Amino acid sequence: MRAFTYERAGSPAAAAAAVATQPGAKFIAGGTNLLDLMKLEIEVPTHLVDVNRLGLDLIETTPDGGLKIGALVRNTDLAADMRVRSDYPLLARAVLSGASGQLRNKATTGGNLLQRTRCPYFYNTDMPCNKRKPGSGCAAMGGLSHNLAIVGASDACIATHPSDMAVALRALDATVETVAADGSERHTPLADFYRSPGETPHIETVLRAAEMITSVTLPQPLGGVQIYRKVRERASFAFATVSVAMVAGSVDGDIRVDRLAFGGLAHKPWRVEAAEGAARSAEAIADIVLAGAKPTADNAYKLPLVRRTLAAVIAQAKSESAR
Amino acid sequence: MTIAQDSPARSETSAAACSVTFSVNGRTSSLVLDPRVTLLDVLREHLHLTGTKKGCDQGQCGACTVMVNGRRINSCLTLALMHEGDEITTIEGLGSPEALHPLQKAFLDHDGFQCGYCTPGQIISAVAVLEEIGAGVPSHVTADLNGAPPATDEEIRERMSGNLCRCSAYPNIIAAIRDMVEDHV
Amino acid sequence: MIGEGINRTDGPLKVTGGATYTADRQDAGAPLYGVIRGAGIGKGRITFIDTRAAEVAPGVQVVWTYRNAPAQAPARDYADLNDAHPQLVGDRVDHYGAPVAFVVANSFEEARAAAGLVEIGYDVASGAYELDQGVQPGAWHNVSAFGDVDKAMAEGPVTVEADYSTPYHFAQPMEPNACLASWHDGHLTVYLAAQMISQLIEGLAATLKLDQKHITVDSAFVGGGFGSKIALHAEAVLASLATMALHRPVKVLLTRRQIFTIVGHRAASHSRIRLAATPDGRLTAIGHDATVQTFRGGDWTEGVATVSRALYAAPNRLTRHARSELDLGTAEPVRGPGELPGLMVFESAIDELAEKLDMDPVELRLRNDTAVDPERKIPLSGRRLADCLREGAKRFGWDNRPAVPGSRRDGRWLIGYGVASSIRGHFQSAAEVSVRLLPEGRVVVTSDMTDLGTGTYTIVAQVAAAALGVPVSQVTVELASTDHPSSMGSGGSWGAANTSVATDRACQSLRDQIAAVAGTGYNDLFAELRRHFPRGLEATGKTLESRDDPNYRRYSQFTYGASFAEVGVDADTGEVRLRRMLGVFSAGRILNAKTARSQLIGGMTWGVSAALHEGSYPDPRHGNWPKGDLAEYLLPVHADIPDIEAIMLDDFDEHANHLGVKGIGELGAGGTGGSVANAVYNATGVRVRDFPITIANLLPGLAARG
Ligand SMILES: Cc1cc2nc3c(=O)[nH]c(=O)nc-3n(C[C@H](O)[C@H](O)[C@H](O)COP(=O)(O)OP(=O)(O)OC[C@H]3O[C@@H](n4cnc5c(N)ncnc54)[C@H](O)[C@@H]3O)c2cc1C
Ligand code: SF4
Ligand code: FES
Ligand code: FES
Repeated sequence: MRAFTYERAGSPAAAAAAVATQPGAKFIAGGTNLLDLMKLEIEVPTHLVDVNRLGLDLIETTPDGGLKIGALVRNTDLAADMRVRSDYPLLARAVLSGASGQLRNKATTGGNLLQRTRCPYFYNTDMPCNKRKPGSGCAAMGGLSHNLAIVGASDACIATHPSDMAVALRALDATVETVAADGSERHTPLADFYRSPGETPHIETVLRAAEMITSVTLPQPLGGVQIYRKVRERASFAFATVSVAMVAGSVDGDIRVDRLAFGGLAHKPWRVEAAEGAARSAEAIADIVLAGAKPTADNAYKLPLVRRTLAAVIAQAKSESAR
Repeated sequence: MTIAQDSPARSETSAAACSVTFSVNGRTSSLVLDPRVTLLDVLREHLHLTGTKKGCDQGQCGACTVMVNGRRINSCLTLALMHEGDEITTIEGLGSPEALHPLQKAFLDHDGFQCGYCTPGQIISAVAVLEEIGAGVPSHVTADLNGAPPATDEEIRERMSGNLCRCSAYPNIIAAIRDMVEDHV
Repeated sequence: MIGEGINRTDGPLKVTGGATYTADRQDAGAPLYGVIRGAGIGKGRITFIDTRAAEVAPGVQVVWTYRNAPAQAPARDYADLNDAHPQLVGDRVDHYGAPVAFVVANSFEEARAAAGLVEIGYDVASGAYELDQGVQPGAWHNVSAFGDVDKAMAEGPVTVEADYSTPYHFAQPMEPNACLASWHDGHLTVYLAAQMISQLIEGLAATLKLDQKHITVDSAFVGGGFGSKIALHAEAVLASLATMALHRPVKVLLTRRQIFTIVGHRAASHSRIRLAATPDGRLTAIGHDATVQTFRGGDWTEGVATVSRALYAAPNRLTRHARSELDLGTAEPVRGPGELPGLMVFESAIDELAEKLDMDPVELRLRNDTAVDPERKIPLSGRRLADCLREGAKRFGWDNRPAVPGSRRDGRWLIGYGVASSIRGHFQSAAEVSVRLLPEGRVVVTSDMTDLGTGTYTIVAQVAAAALGVPVSQVTVELASTDHPSSMGSGGSWGAANTSVATDRACQSLRDQIAAVAGTGYNDLFAELRRHFPRGLEATGKTLESRDDPNYRRYSQFTYGASFAEVGVDADTGEVRLRRMLGVFSAGRILNAKTARSQLIGGMTWGVSAALHEGSYPDPRHGNWPKGDLAEYLLPVHADIPDIEAIMLDDFDEHANHLGVKGIGELGAGGTGGSVANAVYNATGVRVRDFPITIANLLPGLAARG
């Protein structure tokens, strides 16, 4: 970990201004991802702006019946909030499936969205990695890639986004609110938040330099059956191999998949709106979701896994909605 | 082929020391620290409270678990400077060999450890887990998100999963916590 | 008293944070901090080093590379624990992560940052990283041959021939390898996370070219070892060199990621197993060819193919090992060396045979039981495999096993049962223990034996208390300092037997000496002591190495077990979860029922982990370990491990030693992985022969079955 200076910001705009004026500055929230990466010198900020005590840890009901989640709301508090539990169970479930109790106590809503890939070559500074060191190449291709992307990747990078929470937020049509150094605010639908890796996998979101996330807003509750199914190699405390976030409604005794997003498949929560809405078989839905998939030999098993998991989740939704 | 390792030419400037005040196990400490010092390292290397262990330094094992303002966290992934005014509880604050906390006694009776290295983290975590269940915080295995989570073995196992034990005292740890549930919840 | 499941005597310290492991020690005063920088390539030469930025970085005391590291004795034989293990010697990089630079600074933060500032350039050579790359055709090691396996296989009538693979395993105890070294007045004190300190001190003395009498190694508390703290590694050598150069204590902790590269691993293996049997299930041939990785210049052969040698009778037998010399770190013993991977695959193959014979897998094992070592042709002492299998089957409810694979379901879960046998050689090594009687009424036992969580502190107190007729609370046990009498430490599951037998002998000698002057009828040991030996009395007890002990020539010595597992396999995703597990073990007399059970449960969990979770392969191009931390290299967590039952048969093996004691540290791990794998087969009808049984490995078969 390289030396840095540290300050506690006084307000969100001041935090953004502090990051804007100091080259190499970064926000620190829970620190659970950033500090790990700093110890390995994957992140090398020269100045840290602590945004923990800015009053951004509230969950408020919005005028139109949605929910505004402060960027500093801890994962534990988000999942424990009664409104989230009853109206957005998908989100509560996704958050609770992530990391460990200790980490969720610290991890924040904003930090979770911005956590970086767990690609094992990204984590190893001896290896070429376009995301960590633009232009150096991608060691994961031709290497061990069992848990990397099968859709949406580019020739430069096949990393996945590790967040569970983001998958649920994407399915729920969340919007990300930010503030810039000059105090100006922006609302970005999560759908537009993550950038495709393309030739620049190191640029992961549409956030501009020194732009700070202040909150994430959910529209009105969707109702329906909400399921978050995380498939993983151990029963807990493991990143998703594949995860499925689904909101389903029942029509004439059958199930209609209204919202569907996947984790573990791509550089971002993978949602293909075209697969939603109409009454389709699991196979037909998977065909749409996986169109253009380019797995490696190591992770080709994710193709049948997605199909089978999706079918299982649809079956579960059916039985839950029958109840 | 000759390649240079991934470390760009650079030099290091001195880290400007910052001060911080927090309390550990009820005792206030004011320290001037290199900003890079984690809460774990300040406890161990500066305050010599070595009961809290470094197992991975990456949030992956739970050996460093402490309570900050009543919530358990991994002390390895937080900077000491971020804890101005906080109240920190470590294993040393829970009990002593002469006056064991009931959970420490339960770990002893059920042999909830072998090498003992993960044990402080397990015990702190377990104390917090029982409080979390008591406070109605749900978990991944909670069937009814709108109800109060039950203190079942399944719930406890899920919630304790951030604490690895390579000696694999897991069944005995659960037995120790189960004792506490029966006595206290 | 012996056998009673008393609480650990060191337990109160361990549950309160008072047990001071190496990095916790404050004895030496404020230390400097050393950080190792590992090689960024798998094989090649260092062509460029620039340490200038690191040297002038704040707080830095020294920056060493091979160009300026202190002189050390040259290495002759890496495998020899007692020989020199010099660090930072030469420009050659022989495996990924090998130490190439070392920085000592005033603080840990400064040292870590400066280590990153060292610039190193390499000339990269292409390395051999895949198991089949380094094999010398036809060169077999550790071979045991009887009869003609080829012929028996041709004759059949029932045969199994199958290829299995197991990955690299990393011991990964929760305490990282660590060393705190302090040079003071010409004496080097080395606090070290270590298992066998009498060997380490020799290696360290040789490396440093220092007389052993100027060194003390102290490992009072060790946070698990599992093999990874047997060999002398870089942290001990570099911390020692640094304190000798700087005259300040120096603390070096390996990072978790470095434990994957600087410490060794269990070699990966490829096995071809051949079995032939009569239609009524009598084995006529056992063949096991195993290929295992070795380190260039190293000598450790993971004895994967040895596990069947005393397990079942069969007239034709051929078990042997090919070694693949690769450019990876050292293959070292990891808990259950040979038998953990070996039994997992061999007992899977036995399950395949049972399937072919249409015979109950427990019955097949019983049918091939033997009272005589099938290869050494001498009696197997304490052979109770059949008792373990029968008792286990009864307690587990084996009768209720799904008769047809893939036929039982509980909601989304496919349910299966599996069984496997365990066997583990019982060894004895030379050990010495001293017991002192102090006039004020205390018994002090000293030995350089370690307690890795194995319960040594407790069982030694129990043995001494029993032998002397005093309460355990009157016994002080001091372990793990080279100032104490020497043993072979912890490794090979021999520690408990060696130390307890030697302790008992020392106590008997004390009693004899007191009886010699006080007569045999005395009733107050300490009163007699004070009367006849006012300054106290000391005696030592010893054990011999196996090869010097006639018991080991006349009897073939093993411990036994049987494990039974029930798993659920998610019918859609192929996620496997253990539902329950039972092991029954026969391992001689148990010294402490509580700590022994814990060790067995721990071992069994290792088996579960090997079957389902852990394992790693190097990158085939770079030789690094992509699964290089505890988020990638998965160990079981609480949620993976249900209640596990470990039953110890009431046992006493008079041919092992006069206390009837054998070892248990590794036995639990033995066949457990096989029972889990066999349960997965029973649940799904899919046989996965490449371990661990991950989603990726299981799903294709599951999908093929629909
Ligand atoms: C062992 C381990 C296992 C894990 N398992 C899972 C898992 O299974 N599922 C899962 O989803 N996650 C998992 N995580 C990741 C965890 O959820 C994230 O580390 C956490 O959510 C990050 O939040 P934070 O507040 O700590 O972020 P920080 O580490 O503080 O910040 C992360 C990044 O976001 C930036 N940032 C933070 N806040 C803001 C803001 N308000 N505005 C702009 N930028 C900001 C920081 O500059 C930094 O670049 C795991 C982590 C670990 C260590
Ligand atoms: S997949 Fe992306 S993150 Fe991984 S090595 Fe390639 S470029 Fe880096
Ligand atoms: S040391 Fe903090 S989680 Fe491992
Ligand atoms: S007791 Fe050794 S790691 Fe848990």
